Amino acid sequence: MMSTAAGPLQGAAPSAARARRAGPWADRFFAALAQAAAWITLAAFAGIAASLVVGAWPAIERFGASFVWTAEWDPVRQRFGGLVMIFGTLATSFIALAIAVPVSLGIAIFLTELAPRWLRRPLGTAIELLAAVPSIVYGMWGLLVFGPVLSRFVQLPLQSALGGLPLLGTLVAGPPVGIGILAAGIILAIMVIPFIAAVMRDVFELTPTLLKESAYGLGATTWEVVRHVVLPYTKSGVIGGVMLGLGRALGETMAVTFVIGNMNQLGSLSLFEAANSITSTLANEFAEAEAGLHQAALMYLGLVLFAITFVVLAFSKLLLAHLRRREGGRA
Amino acid sequence: MSAAWGTDAAQRLALQRRRRRRNGLALALSVAAMAFGLFWLAWILIETLRLGLAGMTLSVFTAMTPPPQAPGGGLANAIFGSLLMVGLATALGTPVGILAGVYLAEYGQHTRLGRVLAFVNDILLSAPSIVLGLFVYAVVVAPRGGFSGLAGALALALIVVPVVIRQTDSMLRLVPPALREAAFALGTPKWRVVTALTLKAARAGILTGVLLAVARIAGETAPLLFTALSNQFWTRDLEQPMASLPVTIFRFAMSPYENWQQLAWAGVFLITLGVLLLNILARVLLRERR
Repeated sequence: MMSTAAGPLQGAAPSAARARRAGPWADRFFAALAQAAAWITLAAFAGIAASLVVGAWPAIERFGASFVWTAEWDPVRQRFGGLVMIFGTLATSFIALAIAVPVSLGIAIFLTELAPRWLRRPLGTAIELLAAVPSIVYGMWGLLVFGPVLSRFVQLPLQSALGGLPLLGTLVAGPPVGIGILAAGIILAIMVIPFIAAVMRDVFELTPTLLKESAYGLGATTWEVVRHVVLPYTKSGVIGGVMLGLGRALGETMAVTFVIGNMNQLGSLSLFEAANSITSTLANEFAEAEAGLHQAALMYLGLVLFAITFVVLAFSKLLLAHLRRREGGRA
Repeated sequence: MSAAWGTDAAQRLALQRRRRRRNGLALALSVAAMAFGLFWLAWILIETLRLGLAGMTLSVFTAMTPPPQAPGGGLANAIFGSLLMVGLATALGTPVGILAGVYLAEYGQHTRLGRVLAFVNDILLSAPSIVLGLFVYAVVVAPRGGFSGLAGALALALIVVPVVIRQTDSMLRLVPPALREAAFALGTPKWRVVTALTLKAARAGILTGVLLAVARIAGETAPLLFTALSNQFWTRDLEQPMASLPVTIFRFAMSPYENWQQLAWAGVFLITLGVLLLNILARVLLRERR
């Protein structure tokens, strides 16, 4: 019985074997190709980090870690410190988040709990399109359209209202020309709102309907459901979304370069004063910097930026993954 | 007894009023936030449209970038440079992105390489684009001794890759496993299953990813600043510095010259229009698929 069954199989063997032989060869080739692409991507990432360290090495050797808290930036005397730019980057990003987080939260609540169903898709799309507009458009609009408006209708009134007060007065001192840390922060906020709002909307939708309906069934208001059911459930996802927005804000170049004023100063605490960020300094100086310490110092700035965004983005990814895992566990 | 009941009811009513008030306030703020978001979108689009259309002439497409304060002139060399570099970057980045995405979804799900790649790709996706410019400067521009269109295209390709990887991976994961298993059961080798079946099933989604990547790099300025630099003249030579629309807009918008600013507005209009159309096209494509 066994041998008779084996007969025809053996007869078919040559062609089948040929097909199998062709199979493994192509299979291995294709798998190797896919794996090579994966390695190329990893190599690019490693290359970015390595090239920044190598490029910055002369500056790292010369200034060490004190680069981070030294404010002097003098290409003529070859003395470089990144404090002004690091401060500018952090300050503008902080202002951006202070504006963008509450607004994004409101938009996400509106899109998931309030808007009628037929309105959700188009409004969500509109917000996502806001994210697609290239940053140079925001920058140019910020400099030529928004800046004058900001100066005339926000900065001047604020100055005349708060000018004499001790702490608030210093915050609004300086030339009200619509360019500076505040303007950059606002433009960044407009840019990151869509990113944060989109993530928040997506994680809000992960909240099990059963949980929400139970709360509604107990008589909770919409706000109470959001506050006590949706937000606690999606906490890590919301923070992850905020971190994602922060990563964007920290690394944004063009929108900031247009409106921050590009001045290396840290003399006043005023929000209206022109300043500089890591990205705007790189955009303005790198192409013209002479090879040597100046270029190395700029590379050092890039390395600091890369390190900050890496930490922020890694943190954001961990938080979002945490929520997904929990969601997967419950489903 | 009845008095106690009365205060109880009054308290409950007051509590309910407070809760309702708070709810009303929160919801009003939420509507206001939505209006705030849409307000900026509308303002930016209207201004871009108004000022951009004002600067639109035929010569924008036919004439080269002019010197300051000279009448006429256009953006032809910048538009051409942008198309060339974006095209080259897409051609370079898409195959790598699709293959690495295939690796992530079909081969490396449970391997360490797959996990590391997924993590690194998420970082690359949001890495500051100007840092990519620094990288390409260090490995291409500095050793070759000059800015070039090729370096610009490479910097842009580095942005294409993670976008395409992410989209390929997530689209391949949507393909039902039963489809693969059916093909495997028929004795189809894995590479045939991937190329003829899963990639084919996911092709609309992957094409969407490529379109989104093109939309993203079409407006990128930062990575071109010290790779492709800019060029006042028409050039097809990838070894030479090459003008691009975003970098030209940057230079012209920051200048005090009126004719340059006007051309910059025309350029901003073209870029915004192109990017939004690509995004809408990508959405339509994906929706038809579903």
